[in-house]
Amino acid sequence: MTRPRWTDEDAGPVVRPFALTGGRARSSGDNLDLITMVRSTGEPPTDAGNIGPEQRRILEITRTGASVADIASDIDLPLGVVRVLIGDLHDQGLIVVRPPVQVAPQPSERILKEVINGLRAL
Amino acid sequence: MAFAPSDEPVALKILVAGGFGVGKTTLVGAISEIRPLRTEEVLSDRGVGVDDTDGVEGKTTTTVAMDFGRITIREGLVVYLFGTPGQERFWFMWDELSYGALGAVVLADTRRLTDCFPSIDYFEQRGTPFIVAVNCFDGAERHEPDDVRVALDLDPEVPVLLCDVRRRASAKVVLVTLVEHALKTLTAAQR
Repeated sequence: MTRPRWTDEDAGPVVRPFALTGGRARSSGDNLDLITMVRSTGEPPTDAGNIGPEQRRILEITRTGASVADIASDIDLPLGVVRVLIGDLHDQGLIVVRPPVQVAPQPSERILKEVINGLRAL
Repeated sequence: MAFAPSDEPVALKILVAGGFGVGKTTLVGAISEIRPLRTEEVLSDRGVGVDDTDGVEGKTTTTVAMDFGRITIREGLVVYLFGTPGQERFWFMWDELSYGALGAVVLADTRRLTDCFPSIDYFEQRGTPFIVAVNCFDGAERHEPDDVRVALDLDPEVPVLLCDVRRRASAKVVLVTLVEHALKTLTAAQR
């Protein structure tokens, strides 16, 4: 049986955003920073029936790594919803997350100099 | 669960703050690929005077739209620009936005200098490196950076510069000035 496609792009906002999370506004993804980098592990889901189309898209987008802000923008869902979905994927071991570099560890001098040169070259 | 540190992508966050209509989005758009982002405003404590929310689990939210910019320095090194919401009712978002930020650009308009006081206070208190960029609007009287520094009572090490946020070259100088200032702050702290 195929899943009813309630939330495809043409349908528009027929489903309130948190319906995609089963009504949950909290998850292990709560504290993910906007620029936390997310990458899919490439592991196949153990329970494929539990993975919705939005989560599949997140797994696709994060194959080479993407920030939480990029993911939310790409799939055009509110940040809070995206955090819940990412948290679920993380709990299932399907993605790894990496907090912003400034928090742990400090950005290195080398990286900042690279940014300065890169900005100048724009 | 963490990535190996060496070959993994690095993301840096720069904030663009300042009063409403000072040119934050223009600055972000002048230098980066701008992207829309939807976020939520938590309503649980405000604006629910007549509604009984006792026993209601979870958050009541409404969607707030904002933009952010992305500059790819090279593969695996990306700078994100986030404009901080100007209106007071969105201040709840500031802590989240500024968490882990490399630094902030405070945009100032000399016709309404006081508009940037809250941003300056905020970054001074948090110890976030920041610079003040005075956006030179058409027809606005030109002020020397030092006059602005005095008017804003800034510490001598805080860079102040004039800019035109519509111009990419000017936006570049603003960001380079900030990252250089952040680098200086970092190396001073390591000493």
